[in-house]
Amino acid sequence: MKSLAELEAIRKATLSKINLRKEDEDSVTRVVVGMATCGIAAGARPVMLSFVDEIQKRQLNNVTVSQTGCIGMCRLEPMVDVIVPGKEKVTYVHVKPEMVSRIVAEHVVNGRPVAEYTIGAAEAE
Amino acid sequence: MKEIALHLLDIVQNSVTAGAKRVEIGFVLEEGGKLTMSVRDDGKGMSPEMAERVRSPFVTTRTTRRVGLGIPLLMQNTMLTGGHVELESEEGKGTEIRAIFMTDSIDCLPLGDLSSTMASLIMGNPDAPEFILTCKSPRGEMQFSTEEIRPVLEGVSLSEPDVISWIRGSIQEEVEPLFGGIIR
Repeated sequence: MKSLAELEAIRKATLSKINLRKEDEDSVTRVVVGMATCGIAAGARPVMLSFVDEIQKRQLNNVTVSQTGCIGMCRLEPMVDVIVPGKEKVTYVHVKPEMVSRIVAEHVVNGRPVAEYTIGAAEAE
Repeated sequence: MKEIALHLLDIVQNSVTAGAKRVEIGFVLEEGGKLTMSVRDDGKGMSPEMAERVRSPFVTTRTTRRVGLGIPLLMQNTMLTGGHVELESEEGKGTEIRAIFMTDSIDCLPLGDLSSTMASLIMGNPDAPEFILTCKSPRGEMQFSTEEIRPVLEGVSLSEPDVISWIRGSIQEEVEPLFGGIIR
């Protein structure tokens, strides 16, 4: 295992961020990735970890990434929901790791969903 | 599934759903190329009838649909290499599943990115269960346990991006030298 001292340093740095988040609970954006058999087989694991990497890179303290099961639209996996407080949930489909930085930059940070990656665009085809 | 590690990610979800508090994951590579992936949990277990039936794709505990492909897909990929899946379960005690792959077979999947799978599992289940990963090969062994790092983090969730990235790096560093050759 890597040094636990390193982990201790991470703990200290993270604690201050968490406190900021607690004060501002209502503004937390949620990213939810489908991780059932269908999602995993379609490539959800690198997608979820790309979100984690992107959030870490941009030091976004008010974004959480979580996982959900199969919602019955397996052919559209990997699927990702982005829930910005006060806005309607946006569902992205056939998500690839390359698409993640754009979703984070345009939607999570700037509040403009990437229309062409959404379920609406996929269904219109 | 394109990697054995992706099967792991899928199969462990069953232990989480079964309410496990502790999930022990093992990878043992033997001299002749036999690889055993095991997942042992202390979840609610299954009746003998259910343990027999889960091998069928038309059995699931899910109520929304009547198919479940996790175990059947894993069985298929072990059998393609000349291996198989063993399942032991006791109601109220827990379940152990062992998947045996013959890695010298041309049809064997690569082990894949075990560190990403562990990171995803912990990310999705930061509070419980505890995950203990043990890997052994003729080149040595390693162990990683959330039980060991939780006290160090004191109040900081294991799902924090910086922590996840540390976990990934930490596991990768130790798994590579053990399983180099069957990873990709």
